[in-house]
Amino acid sequence: MARTVHLLTEPFNPGAYVGPFTNAHPGLGGVCTFVGEVRGDAEVEALELLHYDRLTLKGMEELADQALQRFDLMGILVVHRSGVMHVGEPIVLVSAAAKHRRDAIDAVDFTMDHLKSDSWFWKREKRSDGWHWIEPRARDHADLARWG
Amino acid sequence: MAVKLVFLGRLADLAGADERDVPAPLDWQGLLGQIEAPLAEELRKDRTRIAVDGTLLADKAQLNAADGAEVALLPPVSGG
Repeated sequence: MARTVHLLTEPFNPGAYVGPFTNAHPGLGGVCTFVGEVRGDAEVEALELLHYDRLTLKGMEELADQALQRFDLMGILVVHRSGVMHVGEPIVLVSAAAKHRRDAIDAVDFTMDHLKSDSWFWKREKRSDGWHWIEPRARDHADLARWG
Repeated sequence: MAVKLVFLGRLADLAGADERDVPAPLDWQGLLGQIEAPLAEELRKDRTRIAVDGTLLADKAQLNAADGAEVALLPPVSGG
C-alpha cells in the first residue's frame, strides 16, 4: 500500500497531487478526495498555521499509517500546508484510493477528523487589530470521538 | 552547556521568542525556575505537553534533558 505525506510551506495545487496519485493505482474502484481551503470571512485578513519540525510531519505519517491499517485501501495521500495563507488557498488535501468506495470515503473522513483535532498545528488569524490564536474547538473533539 | 527551549504557538508570544538557551542539565523544577510566571502557569496545565528531541513525555515531571537536548513546550493544538 502506498503512503504519500507532504508538509508544505508554499501554496499548492491539489490537482497536481491527485492526478498522479490516482494514476499510481490502476485497478482502483474509487478515489475519495477532500480539499480544505481558507474560508472567506470579512474579518480575517490571513490565516497562519505553525508546525514543529520534529513532531508534525512524523505525526501526519503515523496518522496515514493508521488509516491504512484501519481501512482496506490501495493508497492514501495527505498534503498539509504550514505558513501564512489567504482566503481560497488550499490548506489540506486528503485522498484515498480503494477497491470499494466505503473504505475510501471513511478513510478520508477519519484522517480529516484527526488532522483537525489531533495533529501538531497551531493556528492564528490576522484581523484588523492584529493576530489572534485559535483555541481548540469542542466540536473537533466530538468529531474525533466518532472513531472510538 | 545548554538545553534549547522551543516555544510553540502562543507560548512563543508569552516567551517573546521562538527559542531560548538555558543551562544544562534541565529537570522539571529547573525548567519552571527558568521561565517567567505566565509561561510556568501555562506549562503546569495538563494539556500543555513537553517533547524532548521530538519525543513526547508521558509525565512532564520526569523531564531530564542533557546538554544539547531540544525541549519543546507544546500548548494545545488548534487543528489543521
